[in-house]
Amino acid sequence: MRTSPRNLFGKVWAAHAVRELANGQTQLLIGTHLIHEVTSPQAFAMLRDLGLKVAMPHRTFATVDHIVPTDRQTEPFSDPLADAMIKALRKNCTDHGITYFDLASGRQGIVHMVGPEQGITQPGTTIACGDSHTSTHGAFGAIALGIGTSQVRDVLATQTMALGRLKLRRINVEGRLGPGVYAKDVILHIIRTLGVNGGTGFAYEYGGAVFDRFSMEERMTVCNMSIEGGARVGYVNPDETTFAYLKGRPYSPVGAAWDEAVARWRAVASEPGCQYDDVVTISGADIPPTVTWGINPGQGIAITETIPDPAKATAVDEKASIEEALAYMKLRAGAPIKGIKIDVAFLGSCTNARLSDFKEVAKYLPGRRVAQGVKAIAVPGSQIVSRQCAELGIDRVFRDAGFDWREAGCSMCLAMNPDKLVGDQLCASSSNRNFKGRQGSPTGRTLLMSPLMVAAAAVTGAVADAREVFGVIH
Amino acid sequence: MALAKITTITGRGLAVPGNDIDTDRIIPARFLKAVTFDGMGEGLFFDARKAATAAGQVHPLDDPRFRGAGILLSGANFGCGSSREHAPQAIQKAGFRAIVAESYAEIFFGNATTIGLACVCATRADLARLAAAIAANPALEITVDLVGREIRFDGRKIPLTMRDSARDALVHGRWDPIGELLEGAAAVAATASRLPYLAAPQK
Repeated sequence: MRTSPRNLFGKVWAAHAVRELANGQTQLLIGTHLIHEVTSPQAFAMLRDLGLKVAMPHRTFATVDHIVPTDRQTEPFSDPLADAMIKALRKNCTDHGITYFDLASGRQGIVHMVGPEQGITQPGTTIACGDSHTSTHGAFGAIALGIGTSQVRDVLATQTMALGRLKLRRINVEGRLGPGVYAKDVILHIIRTLGVNGGTGFAYEYGGAVFDRFSMEERMTVCNMSIEGGARVGYVNPDETTFAYLKGRPYSPVGAAWDEAVARWRAVASEPGCQYDDVVTISGADIPPTVTWGINPGQGIAITETIPDPAKATAVDEKASIEEALAYMKLRAGAPIKGIKIDVAFLGSCTNARLSDFKEVAKYLPGRRVAQGVKAIAVPGSQIVSRQCAELGIDRVFRDAGFDWREAGCSMCLAMNPDKLVGDQLCASSSNRNFKGRQGSPTGRTLLMSPLMVAAAAVTGAVADAREVFGVIH
Repeated sequence: MALAKITTITGRGLAVPGNDIDTDRIIPARFLKAVTFDGMGEGLFFDARKAATAAGQVHPLDDPRFRGAGILLSGANFGCGSSREHAPQAIQKAGFRAIVAESYAEIFFGNATTIGLACVCATRADLARLAAAIAANPALEITVDLVGREIRFDGRKIPLTMRDSARDALVHGRWDPIGELLEGAAAVAATASRLPYLAAPQK
């Protein structure tokens, strides 16, 4: 009997489905649980209240990222609330026997960097973390789910969670990307095209020639922002690039176990001719360097375009959305996005703070200086990236150009640490969210873009086309 | 663990209009610097309220006419962005027991349901009718009926929709799944034993 071709989502789901619950949801086994200081303390308190233990402590891994100061990582932190959070995390990990990559470990970083770096993130697995950007881990062909704190409790107590099955949308990006167009532009373009809620109820499977050529770091950038398009899960099928990345990492299998794992990982990929609930195909050549102008990640335009005019909106609520965004952003309808003065440049976050991001920018920075009046900060996503940049002299390139080079953490992506916008500062940011107040000031303004576009804005003092500023040709 | 069966929610309404209202707006990140959910209600829409005051307006949450409202109205894709459960916790701790919106972001919807905060959907036209009725009479009593799948107010009724699994969980008092998940321990162990990557603890 021939079985019909299956997709990765269906295979991983079936392998981890424990049973059907009374309300029709599935009790899904979570192979790997990642925790951090912001969304876990209440979950541990709930466990204590219920008299429960952690079911599989060896399948939970912790690090500290959101609240870490990036000028100096040493404890105690000057912010007593932040210090209480890191102390609570350490105590909870110690009490329950959970591996904790703390500040002294040399392996601390944004949780979505630590999993891949350590080889904890593996194909064909289920991963959960109390953080919406958990979708990042899908780059390895895992089903990786952002969850709330009550679900963190559920996973701690049972290693499972209740979940309804998602539909699957295949997104093909075919052909080639133009010079100066990056993974960040790909996902900003996808979200602009499909909408910020276009992915609600879906998992996204990314593929096509552009993804086949992408490095793991580029795949992570795209999967990271799946949630900004409403998709809780985004993944790329595992391939040779995936296996090469994982080989030799601390938690990767070794010897015969490695060969068995690779065989399993190969087999979990979606098979030719498998079914999808929806298929979208985009030409890589059509994707421009993209910049957001509004207050959600779907409000993006090409660097060569002008800011949308509400008078030209086709739907009533689109008009209202544009008006609300322009009022908050203090931007003028119809004006070019290029040339708008910036106050801050932020290069960091779980979207774009990997070695390849800093390496790419460092190619173009020598001989350049951050423009007068612009505060530019570069924040590696992990201590490992920080060390790699130091070994390669990349930190020096950034410092010489006038960037403030920091230590690892989430930093100004959501400003739970001391790195914040002030007043209505406008920030060119490599992060993932441009929501009102996101970067720490209730009136602060964020423009999302690729790392090289952030650098172009930093050195010119205004939103700029990195291809022109740096003469980018591939 | 016996949970309340949430079948009907009756209360006064309060509308925070707009689409794509994200969880950073519902509860700004600085309020997440805490190890408990206590006091989360005070941070609800904090910056939006401040901004309204600064502009010489009154945010609905600060409008005495709507004080004590138990049903929150909003637009499409409510609760997008961060997975912070602090957002539904803040809404619940501020006294709301149901939300009526055009649609919800996935993670927010799950988080709210798990704490017994009912998220129901109504059409844009019906939401506008309901919001207009509340604006005309803030003391209006509204009933969200999960069993009858309708919202009643002012002698009128509008249909509501809700994902079956969530409606079932609320109506039958199993919205917090922890008890049921714990009951599956033997089945969990069996599933785990079939997954090679879970077999042996790694160093």
